[in-house]
Amino acid sequence: MILIKLFLTFLKIGAFTFGGGYAMIAMIQYEAERHGWLTQAELVDFVALSESTPGPLAVNMATFVGIRTGGVLGAVIATLGIVLPSFIIILIIAKSFEKFKDSKAVKGVMSGLKPAVVGMIGTAFLSVGRTVFFPNGLQSSCFTDISFWIFLCLFEISAILAFKKINPIKIILLAAVVGVGAGYGLGL
Amino acid sequence: MNKNLDLFLTFMKIGAFTFGGGYAMIPLIQREVCTNKKWLDEKEISDIVAISESTPGPIAINAATFVGYRTNGFIGACVATLGVVLPSFLIISLISFILNEFKSLKAVQYAFMGIRAAVLALILKALWMMFKSAKKKVISYVIMGAAFILTAFLKIDAVFVIIGCGLFGLIWSLLNRKEQSHDTD
Repeated sequence: MILIKLFLTFLKIGAFTFGGGYAMIAMIQYEAERHGWLTQAELVDFVALSESTPGPLAVNMATFVGIRTGGVLGAVIATLGIVLPSFIIILIIAKSFEKFKDSKAVKGVMSGLKPAVVGMIGTAFLSVGRTVFFPNGLQSSCFTDISFWIFLCLFEISAILAFKKINPIKIILLAAVVGVGAGYGLGL
Repeated sequence: MNKNLDLFLTFMKIGAFTFGGGYAMIPLIQREVCTNKKWLDEKEISDIVAISESTPGPIAINAATFVGYRTNGFIGACVATLGVVLPSFLIISLISFILNEFKSLKAVQYAFMGIRAAVLALILKALWMMFKSAKKKVISYVIMGAAFILTAFLKIDAVFVIIGCGLFGLIWSLLNRKEQSHDTD
């Protein structure tokens, strides 16, 4: 039963995500929360690991969630689910590539989808932000906690590096080192 | 070499050596598929990028399926797609087992606390890049805001938001086209 649920969920995610891996985070989060598959923090960790390992972000995340919820078979099923829609759609339009590309209808649909993807990445940003800064919920005591300010600084430094087009893997590694240092230093 | 085996190995190499996925993969696909193997020409590669933007799913899968199909039909599409997925699958499975063994370590937990802040920064960058590439029109900003509120606060399933925004874009463009042709009459 869990395998069928995994397959259908990732089939749905594969069929409705446009604009690459980051747009997918909000969707995976919604599904994982609904089915109780992962915690917020685990999902964010998976994004980090998916970004630091080769291959498409979406496939990496599907494999992660699949293996966590249904073992190796779950990983196979989830990956198959996320790949299948792309595969079938490309096979269908491979013959009429030009027509599809220049279609007014496709352009119209995309004019609505592109901004929607921006909004959905905004949602991912908000919920991951909540996980990073307020892991125990929003309380006034959060702001007096030294770790809040350390993570805020770390976020700002990472953002500056990301916008300077530093390789994401280097940023993740740096953040890991700072995290270990801050953790032991402050005895969190 | 057998064509299917060649497709499989080429895409396995692409899957195993591109980090960050998607657009990071395009230059490597280009080099392997156009320059080295001469399976497709440059124009077809840029077509793939255009098509991938307007079809759902990971761009790497779209590209592998398309190149495989053009080179050796349905079987070609299957082996190329399998090739691009396999390295991810194996590596992630391995990491998942390792992570399970070490996740109770304090150091690992601290590392991930730091890493989450970095992921937030990477999402911010993706947000900015997508925002910049969107059309600078009032209607675009309205859709952005609506999609954000619907998914973030009203917890509407993103699938419905995607379908709704796609339909809205289609209808909007049809209405505007009528207006434009009306103006020129």
